[in-house]
Amino acid sequence: MRRSTLRAAAALGAGAVLLATAACAPPEREQDAASSDAAAATSAEDLGGMDALVEAAEAEGELNVIALPPDWANYGAIIEAFEAEYDITVNSDQPDAASQDEIDTAKRLAGGDRAPDVFDLGQAVALANTDMFAPYQVATWDTIPDAFKEPTGLWVNDYGGNMSIGYDSAKVPAPTAVADLLEPEYRGAVALNGDPTQAGAAFAGVVMASLGSGGSADDLAPGVELFRQLKAAGNFLPVDPTPATIASGQTPVVIDWDYLNAAQTAQLPTWEVVVPAGAVTASYYHQAINADAPHPAAARLWQEFLFSDEGQNLWLAGGARPVRAEAMVEAGTIDEEAWSALPAVEGEPVLLTPEQSDAGAQQLASTWAQAVS
Amino acid sequence: MRRAGAGRAGLLAAAGLLPFAAVVVLFLLIPTVVVVVGALSDDGRPSLSGLTAFGDPTVLRAFARSTWLSASTAAIGAVVGALVAYAVATGAPDGVLRRVVTSACGVLAQFGGVTLAFAFIATLGVSGVVTLWLRDALGVDVFANGVWLFDMPGLVLVYTFFQVPLMVIVFLPALDGVRPQWREATVTLGGSTWQYWRHVGGPLLAPAFGGSALLLFANAMSAYATAAALVSQGAPIVPLQIRAALTSEVLLGRADLGQTLALGMVVVVVAVMVAQALLQRRTSRWVAGSAR
Repeated sequence: MRRSTLRAAAALGAGAVLLATAACAPPEREQDAASSDAAAATSAEDLGGMDALVEAAEAEGELNVIALPPDWANYGAIIEAFEAEYDITVNSDQPDAASQDEIDTAKRLAGGDRAPDVFDLGQAVALANTDMFAPYQVATWDTIPDAFKEPTGLWVNDYGGNMSIGYDSAKVPAPTAVADLLEPEYRGAVALNGDPTQAGAAFAGVVMASLGSGGSADDLAPGVELFRQLKAAGNFLPVDPTPATIASGQTPVVIDWDYLNAAQTAQLPTWEVVVPAGAVTASYYHQAINADAPHPAAARLWQEFLFSDEGQNLWLAGGARPVRAEAMVEAGTIDEEAWSALPAVEGEPVLLTPEQSDAGAQQLASTWAQAVS
Repeated sequence: MRRAGAGRAGLLAAAGLLPFAAVVVLFLLIPTVVVVVGALSDDGRPSLSGLTAFGDPTVLRAFARSTWLSASTAAIGAVVGALVAYAVATGAPDGVLRRVVTSACGVLAQFGGVTLAFAFIATLGVSGVVTLWLRDALGVDVFANGVWLFDMPGLVLVYTFFQVPLMVIVFLPALDGVRPQWREATVTLGGSTWQYWRHVGGPLLAPAFGGSALLLFANAMSAYATAAALVSQGAPIVPLQIRAALTSEVLLGRADLGQTLALGMVVVVVAVMVAQALLQRRTSRWVAGSAR
């Protein structure tokens, strides 16, 4: 519905009222001794081993997760597998919410039984809120590369992927480099998954475009320039791509994470995914436990499950790259079929540091809108 | 106001106003105060630091685009809507034309938001029915120079779709107030059609026309959902900038900027509505007088 300013303002006001109400301390939930032990545990050993952790978690009986879409990186199957393995009910709240919503919800519901136990966050939001996380080291901690975890276990990268170009091979020729998209064959065809000043995936898309046009992780201007040229050539399609726009052929080329693009091949067999050579940028999500989790033991058991071989292979089956992939390849525990099905990558992926992300975001804030509209 | 039966009856009458007053306070007054206070404070202390956002070129461009979008769709809506309203007003008072047009306008003026955006995507989108038909049957590619539907030109087209019917609804009563006798009087005194419109009809209708156009301007300025569903890149207009400030997962902690932008919109809309109210007062003076 179209809203008047005043009504839009009303929404803001209502939000403020909600926040104000939330600020009044809700009734403190009762915690038994086992739960308070679990809330302080930084590893399964602290509770007396895995069996004790399972016992404490099953005693809690519930786990609150948030912002986990069932069709995103295979989360639907992961939740089912966890529920099948343990006597725990998973309450999945707001599956389509964004990272910031996870934090906002945790603050709003703090102290209540419905607050999220665990988070799965994008880098910017995760690093800005580490004071809300409980440190925890899973049993497989040593096989997670150091670059992908906070040293005390406040957060651990869980899965990620590379930026990619998905395209309908029945409609457009196969691109090999980002600059190929400027060709006339791609007129009105190239979509980016979101606005890069708002969505993490789109931001990484601009990073990829920069790397492929002579820029670097420190300078995104060439990427913005490429999109400006795409726009000027009439190739840029300012449509938010969804599985529906891909299936119906409205968005023949989509710049998005490879695991999200790869998932589209199931419904559109001619949908191919390419990670352009020399423009590889990767990003991993951040897994963390809510320090104020209403089910602290279940939250920790969920971590153990996600970082076990089984949990990691489930993400892989969804097209995402699990963080322990290399160790699992060495140990021979990886799902070979799913691993070899991932799009080929040439060159080392570029991972942006938090400082580079911040600087890049500021750069886009002042240049993006003018480049594409 | 008559003072007879004051006291009890007056109290009762005032009590009847309570629900309305409560709604106004809850959904109009409090939110406005929250926005104004939020925009003019920093960490709970009064501060004008938030207003520096109005020096940001991106913000200024968004306001310029919003103003341009509102002004152009208000102008198109006002002219086209006034012509339609004139056609209806000069037709039979109980005719089919009038009944069809007024009820259609009543529906279409409220047919905004996500529904309207998707209606246009389905008809004029990249694989829309009309787009494909034009291309296959007539060989016309409407998007030959780029896909403009999801950008400012698209917003102008889509906004016009609800601006025209709104104009018909708000301008029709003023046209109905025009007496045929005035026309006859002009003709009797030897006036031409041009002179009638120049000296009688035009001046009488001008305040109503201007007031309606301002209402259309405010309507377009504050529209959000239509643009939100249609435009996904660049946040070209202010309401979309506010969305970006509140929901971005790339640029964090910009809720303050959202409040500042909202304050800017409140100021623009208040100015427009005050002007509209002044014009409306002039209109109602002669409409009420002529009703005798």
